[in-house]
Amino acid sequence: MRVAELSAIVSAFQEIKNRAEVQWRELWDGNKPVIMVGTATCGRAAGALEVLQTLRDEVKKRNLDCPVIEVGCMGHCYTEPIVIISKPGYSPICYGHVNPVIAERLIKDFILGDDPCLEFVLGALEKNDLVPSLADFPRAKYEKKIILKNCGQIDPTEIDHYIAAGGYSALVKALQMPPEKIIDEVKRSGLRGRGGAGFPTGQKWEICRNASGKPKYVICNGDEGDPGAFMDRAIFESDPHSVIEGMLLAGYAIGARYGYIYVRAEYPLAVKRVQFALQQARRLNLLGRHILGSDFSFDIKLFQGSGAFVCGEETALISSLEGEPGMPHHRPPYPAVKGLYGKPTLINNVKTLAYIRHIINSGAEWFASIGTEGSKGTAVFALAGKIVNTGLVEVPMGTTLCQVIFNVGSGIPEGKRFKAVQIGGPSGGCLPESALDLPIDFDSLKDVGAMMGSGGMVVLDEDDCMVEIARYFLEFTQRESCGKCTPCRLGTKQMLEMLNDIVLGQGRIEYIDILNELAEDVKAGSLCGLGRTAPNPILTTLRYFSDEYETHIKEGRCPALMCRELIAYYILPDKCERSCDACVGTCTVEAITPNKKRIKVIDQEKCVKCGTCLEACPLQYNAVVRLSPPSEVPQGKE
Amino acid sequence: MEKKVSITEEKVKIKQETRQILKRFGRKRENLIPILQKVQDRLGYLPREAMLEIAEFLGIPDIDVYSVVTFYNQFRLTPPGRHSIRVCLGTACHMKGGYITLDAWRRRLDIGPGETTTDREFDLDTVACVGCCTMAPVAVVDDKPEGKVEPTKVDGMLLAFEREREKKESQ
Repeated sequence: MRVAELSAIVSAFQEIKNRAEVQWRELWDGNKPVIMVGTATCGRAAGALEVLQTLRDEVKKRNLDCPVIEVGCMGHCYTEPIVIISKPGYSPICYGHVNPVIAERLIKDFILGDDPCLEFVLGALEKNDLVPSLADFPRAKYEKKIILKNCGQIDPTEIDHYIAAGGYSALVKALQMPPEKIIDEVKRSGLRGRGGAGFPTGQKWEICRNASGKPKYVICNGDEGDPGAFMDRAIFESDPHSVIEGMLLAGYAIGARYGYIYVRAEYPLAVKRVQFALQQARRLNLLGRHILGSDFSFDIKLFQGSGAFVCGEETALISSLEGEPGMPHHRPPYPAVKGLYGKPTLINNVKTLAYIRHIINSGAEWFASIGTEGSKGTAVFALAGKIVNTGLVEVPMGTTLCQVIFNVGSGIPEGKRFKAVQIGGPSGGCLPESALDLPIDFDSLKDVGAMMGSGGMVVLDEDDCMVEIARYFLEFTQRESCGKCTPCRLGTKQMLEMLNDIVLGQGRIEYIDILNELAEDVKAGSLCGLGRTAPNPILTTLRYFSDEYETHIKEGRCPALMCRELIAYYILPDKCERSCDACVGTCTVEAITPNKKRIKVIDQEKCVKCGTCLEACPLQYNAVVRLSPPSEVPQGKE
Repeated sequence: MEKKVSITEEKVKIKQETRQILKRFGRKRENLIPILQKVQDRLGYLPREAMLEIAEFLGIPDIDVYSVVTFYNQFRLTPPGRHSIRVCLGTACHMKGGYITLDAWRRRLDIGPGETTTDREFDLDTVACVGCCTMAPVAVVDDKPEGKVEPTKVDGMLLAFEREREKKESQ
């Protein structure tokens, strides 16, 4: 490009940026309070929309000059709905577990008065003398936010917020560089694909750039099918432009003309926000023909997946885009050489693309300085299951499992014991306590039989049965297997049937050897990642928790008291309080009745083992217990 | 009560609505999934008549449309109920008792996943993961994700629907 064109691009963007900054300063003029409500899907499930409505109603009713804006997910999902209030004179304060009643009080007492309602505070966003800040939380020491930085801090439906926060500057910088230089930068950064397998991103880009065939395509793989993972959803809902900018950079680097963002249909809000973001970017000519007046043209279409796990696999995803059932194809040829409609196609994960702008802005050296020898940068995990601080975390590669679970996630709730952590969803594995000191990166996880996968981390405690979790994942992969390869289609089914038998107490001891053998066969005989990794949950649980399998088979007992066919609920007569009827009322099938002495008794025939009575029994009595095997329940004398 | 419609009338209506949606699309195979999504959005499911209409429009064998419809979990072949209940069976929900909640819905509604009650009031289904793992167990009720849905909450929600219905009928 000529120098004159370059300066035209810079000045065109400067104009956009100036306008965005004026908007931003108008909002944050320092004279009026601003309220932000986290309305990503996790917030909505907790009731954020009702809170938002209450706040808007109150502001309107009282005629206040106080904008109430929606933001994305801050990652503190355990305390949703979250409200952040920035009032002049105070550091921005973040409130957790807000409901409409608290929302009303925040307006009355804090916005109108001077009481920052300390009883509802989660923490302040900046250090100050009044409220402990989030940076003082123990987890802050381990976290390093790069791609989650904007999440929860900007309005995802306002492109101006993104631009004012430094957005699209990497695009402008890139347009002044030759494409090879960008690929070189990504290569030197050491970035590896965040979809799970960890292929070096720069190398993929180079292959795609050098491949012949036009037009080329860039696809953002947002088919986050792993149950238990929600990082991509959070990024789409909280900071969609960072993904769009990443795609633009990729498109410019490899010489692509079109892009597709493939989003799961189960994420309706993400679809809406991405759709909206694309329109905004198009309006400012950051997308479309001759972007910012340059000779680079690139447009992105959104494609909604239709709920098939296998479509996360790149060749299956391409079939799905072409309107076919999502069945994988043999590789090579890799999509980078021959992909969508037979043309070179670059497929990157949402997070991978979100990193690119940071690498272009801050340089490859900066990115390479974070993380471990073989895995650079940060890792984003979705913490769920039996952990206190459920939510999103971003930590440098090489952080240990223990630090993530106990320091960032604050450990296991209700004083229970940690048993295992399931990483990487159906493709990953269950790691026991002995693996807690493992530094997490792509290679270390492979060594212990798990896999980074997309980054879902489900923590399991003493109440979780490892056979059941293996069975659960296998049921999932068996259902989602596309059926193309025989070992995957039939092998997963065979393994599932054996596991079903085991959790019913009908397993045989030779199953353990057969499972091991079959698992290896399915791995070896399947074409795509689904089949090749589907046995991982079985293999890791067999490796680390084989005693649980044996107890199920030999004693017909579930040590974690989870498998429903192997347990019974029982009310201890000497602990049951005569005047209390808590369990009777809550039992959903009316299986509990008081006997003559007003001691409550469960009718084992009627009981569906839902556990509601155990929850309902007041802590001071603690009379409801689970017994395994069910024959432990004393018979007769009622 | 809604007006009773005869089967032939309903078929004609399905065809008309499908054709209207097809007007917005080009005759390209890659449009198949977006078309199916739009048609299901409008009709709530993909009846045989709609699928035949789509196959003819795209110039592809009927069986190709059927194979795509049955391959993807999102598409349904039976009419939905007035209220849709989708129980999340993601990892976190499963470990926190999503399958117990599913049982509770089954028991109360007397239908299994993928089915609709005979009065077409409710339909029940499962979903792989809606990404609200922190609120587990989750159920998506009429497109709204609800967190911490335990068996007692199932009863509470059904009661609320019943009240709402009574209120409407008395008006």
